[in-house]
Parts: sequence; C-alpha cells; structure tokens
Amino acid sequence: MGVELATTRLEDAVKWAKQSALDKTVNWGRKFSLFSYPFVTACCGMEFMSVAGPKYDLARFGAEFPRFSPRQADLLMVVGTITEKQGPALKRVYDQMAEPKFVMAFGVCASTGGFYQNYHAMPGCDQVIPVDVYIPGCPPRPEQVIDGLMMLMDRVQQGRTHNQLQRKREQVISELTSAE
Amino acid sequence: MSQKVLDALKAKFGDAITSTENQFGDDIAWIARDKLPAVALWLRDDAGMAFDAPVFVTCIDRLDWKPLHRPVSEHFSDESGKDSRPRFEVCYQLRSSTHRHRVRLKVAVPENDSRCPSLAQLWPAFNWQERETFDMYGIRFDQHPDLRRIYLYEEFVGYPLRKDYPKDKRQPLVRRDDLPVGQKEQK
Repeated sequence: MGVELATTRLEDAVKWAKQSALDKTVNWGRKFSLFSYPFVTACCGMEFMSVAGPKYDLARFGAEFPRFSPRQADLLMVVGTITEKQGPALKRVYDQMAEPKFVMAFGVCASTGGFYQNYHAMPGCDQVIPVDVYIPGCPPRPEQVIDGLMMLMDRVQQGRTHNQLQRKREQVISELTSAE
Repeated sequence: MSQKVLDALKAKFGDAITSTENQFGDDIAWIARDKLPAVALWLRDDAGMAFDAPVFVTCIDRLDWKPLHRPVSEHFSDESGKDSRPRFEVCYQLRSSTHRHRVRLKVAVPENDSRCPSLAQLWPAFNWQERETFDMYGIRFDQHPDLRRIYLYEEFVGYPLRKDYPKDKRQPLVRRDDLPVGQKEQK
C-alpha cells in the first residue's frame, strides 16, 4: 500500500490519511476501472494503439477498453494535436462525460502544442478543458503512458478529481486577483 | 516539355499572354487577369490542347521576395522603370491526359485589388481549391459558385498564409473560463 503514498505533496498524504475506509475502497475500485475515451486526432494515435495492444497492454491497469461514447467513459485521453477549430468539439465531449472524470494529455501536442506555433494549433488542450496528467513525448513511449496512467491512478486513490483541481485553481486566481 | 502549348497560346491570344517562362521543366504562361477565362476555356475545349485534368490552384505571396536569376521588374514594370510587381501570383496547373502535356497558368494579382477570375465553372475540381486559396490568401475569385472559407472557421480574421500574418497569433474559439489570461492571447 506504499505506492499510493508515493507523493511529493504533503496535502495529498494528509488527505489520503484522513480518508475513511469506505472512500479508500471506492477509490481503489475506481482507479482500477478507468474506462477511457480516446480523442485521437493525430499520429500519437499509433502509439495509443501500441500501448492499448497486447504488447504493452494498458488493460493490465484496468483502463480496460475504449468506450465509444463519452457518457460511458471516466478518462478522456486527448491523443494528438488539437486545433482551434476542434476546441468546441473537445469541450463538448468533455462536458458530456459523467463525474468523476479525468483527462490525460497524451503527447506534447496535446500538452503544450508541441512544435506547432501557428494560426491553427492550440497550445495545449488545457486551454479548453482541465487536464490531470500530462505525458510528454513526440510520441510518448508506451512506458511513459503507463507511468502517466499510474500517476493518475494514484490521484484517483487519493480522491483528487478535476473539480478539486478546478477549485484549487479558482482559489489561486482569486488570491492573485485580490492581491492586486 | 510542352513548349508547343506556349507557342500555340502566344499565336492564339497574343497580348493576353504577358510572358512565358520555363522553370524546372514546367512551362509557365503569364496571363492577363481579365483574359484568363477565355484562355482557360480554349485550353480545355480545343482538340489540340484538351486540358482535361486540373491539377491544382494555389497562390504565392511574393512579399519581400526578389528572384536572383532575373531582374525583379522583368514582367511587371511600369513606364518609370520602378518595380510594380504585384504581390500575389495565382497559379493554375493543368494537365492533358490525352496529349500528356501540362502547363501552368499564372495570374498576377495586386494587393489592393486581390481578385482573380474563377475557373471553377470550367473544372469543378477547382471549386474547393479556390476556396482554400481564398481561405489562406484572401484571393477573391469572381464568379465562384460558393466562395466561403473551407478549412478555417467563419470567425477567423485575416488570411494565415500571407507572409505578413504573425506566426504566433491565435484566434481561439473557446477558452476555459477559469484560466487566467496569458500573454500569448493578448496579441
């Protein structure tokens, strides 16, 4: 059980320690059944197929198989470059997912825009939706993806969700704006 | 390669052919802008030409571009000798599947009047490509059946493949409402 405590953030460790046994059980079940919705737009999709295939086998971690509707998915995997024109579609897909939901930015294009700096490419899908885990790489190695997924599973076990991230962000923003 | 096409064009249309040149094995005919539909119609329908395969239409932005191998003002100089070369070149590449020859038609389009006759009525395959050229360079094709943006969204302002479009300028459609405004979007 030491894996779940492997976090650098004290607040996470405290949060984990404060969780009730029921929360821990629910989160434990939740982290091993992340159904994914791959929003595949570009060449990273090849790497996604590799990591979802039998050799690297993402299903070992319970991210069992891609759903074909965002309503059935827990994990939105943004795989590949997002253009400004795709922004509304991505936001709509995200909004259709049921809570609790998690987002993984797969590859540098989804994380930061990658090597694109031009009129059409969005500098990271976090311009439109909140992101839990960023996976670097162009494309990322399957080991990196598995590492990112395990980080996400740690978060799920700690009970951290998007909304908490979002609340944290709002809190920081309000502090910043009130300081001015 | 198809010099005979250029010779026939010059013999048939005379002044409408501003000049001809040959670049890397491709024969190029510069056409006066208002004569383009007539020249293109003849190229398509004449039995000796029979250009039945439209290859592409695109545009070249000659902003700050100076060719090395010939004088800048070779084609488009006014009486004073000052360089009045138009900024845009619209290129039509045509091919004939029966005679197996090809030719490139170029039309000089000035910046302040960026219009060009549309050939979408002659070759329907040019319809979307002219829309793309309009989308990226802002060339307005007269008599085009449906001249709208094809790749970019309607809210987009400007023409991104023009050389003076800032390369890091962004025009986002949606943003997260909880995200602080960064410096990048301020431009």
